[in-house]
Amino acid sequence: MTARTVLQQADINRALTRIAHEILESAKGGSDLVLLGIPTRGVVLAERLAAILRGIEPGLPVDVVGALDVTMYRDDLAHHPTRTPQPTSIPASGIDGRTVVLVDDVLYSGRTIRAALDAIGDLGRPRVVRLAVLVDRGHRELPIRADFVGKNLPSSTSERINVRLLETDGVEEVSIES
Amino acid sequence: MRHLLSTKQLSREEAIRILDVAEDMSDTQQRTVKKLPTLRGKTVVNLFFEDSTRTRISFEAAAKRLSADVINFAAKGSSVSKGESLKDTAQTLAAIGADGVVIRHPASGAPAVLAGSGWIDAGVVNAGDGTHEHPTQALLDAFTMRRRLHGAASRGRDLDGVRVVIVGDIVHSRVARSNLWLLCTLGAEVTFVAPPTLLPSAVGAWPATVRYDLDEALAERPDVVMMLRIQSERMHEAFFPNPREYSRQWGLSAERWATLPGSALVMHPGPMIRGLEISDEAADSPQSTILEQVANGVAVRMAVLFLSMTGSEAANPTETEIA
Repeated sequence: MTARTVLQQADINRALTRIAHEILESAKGGSDLVLLGIPTRGVVLAERLAAILRGIEPGLPVDVVGALDVTMYRDDLAHHPTRTPQPTSIPASGIDGRTVVLVDDVLYSGRTIRAALDAIGDLGRPRVVRLAVLVDRGHRELPIRADFVGKNLPSSTSERINVRLLETDGVEEVSIES
Repeated sequence: MRHLLSTKQLSREEAIRILDVAEDMSDTQQRTVKKLPTLRGKTVVNLFFEDSTRTRISFEAAAKRLSADVINFAAKGSSVSKGESLKDTAQTLAAIGADGVVIRHPASGAPAVLAGSGWIDAGVVNAGDGTHEHPTQALLDAFTMRRRLHGAASRGRDLDGVRVVIVGDIVHSRVARSNLWLLCTLGAEVTFVAPPTLLPSAVGAWPATVRYDLDEALAERPDVVMMLRIQSERMHEAFFPNPREYSRQWGLSAERWATLPGSALVMHPGPMIRGLEISDEAADSPQSTILEQVANGVAVRMAVLFLSMTGSEAANPTETEIA
């Protein structure tokens, strides 16, 4: 088991700053943005993105970040130990007609995002849904791709990608274990 | 969690986990689209050997909100009334392809027999067995207390130091037993109040304070007063002289209710007999959680069905990698 750090704190910050600019560029401003993080680390990343966005675009709505738990929408519930759902919280103004950006740490099979799209469908009808991820490691099992990617990390399925963030893990890095 | 047979078997962590999942389920019940796809393709059988309306409807609503298919089986008018054994009924259900069985039975221990028998490979949830336990009722009571006391900050909390008075027909009540074990596990203090005839003979061995006088118990300003129904269908002898006397001594009358602090909760598992164990004033007051208990029952049962019908212990946990 050897672990190799591929992104450090400064790299993660730079990637998030770039993604924030790309989000504003593609949405032509931040007035109808909603950032929905997928627990646990996606929520942390969504909050960080919102903080950066506020610095760039002071007119951003106050209530822009939410959490979207997808446990109840997964297709693999029978194949893993029972998962404990996390709270879902949606900004009070709702998601109808808004630009929703899903935020997650690692994009792998795409099944989590498939579940997230189903969950969104039960909550409302956004104008458009985009996907932002810190790391895209490939090996998609569904026709899903990210609109905003922090780092493309070609990996083998036998390797493990670990995203650790200060808020959840006390350290900040992305590493590959093989 | 494969089966839920009693609250006595639950550890503090397991109990809080069920209540926390129920919080998430309860949140989904506030949405316009209340249905979740989680148990799609699974079949839940409601196996009721004893009359029940609210528990069965609550389990049925919970299973349907999780997209499971529901088969209702009532012993009346079924092959059981023709003399079929529990074993044969269970094997029939297994042949139909049940993934979860919710069972209510007049015999204490019937759900445990079903779970341990190997007759059927399905998650078993006890919906009340004889005078043994009714775990989902206790869980929904604890959930209701936790929500009223801690509000939005309920997740992860227990009921440490909450003082609960349970009044009435303790001897016949599986609700009282399930509540006792769960409340003690969660750190609450339980007092039973009843005439001696309605207390089990071994009550001294239970971790509860016993009182015979309701006014004394209410004078201690409890946080929660839970009234139980007088189960006349299980009473084959005289446990008290007559209903009026019971009501005067152990009923939550308007006068007694008025002596309670404004923060005290009034609970009842239902169905309640107004005028016997509880007065209109108490049952319809803002302190009463009786309808909340019904609504929370669906969320708690969704959590129990979710936890007992998903997940395989054999699979490797690779949660971070899949995320």
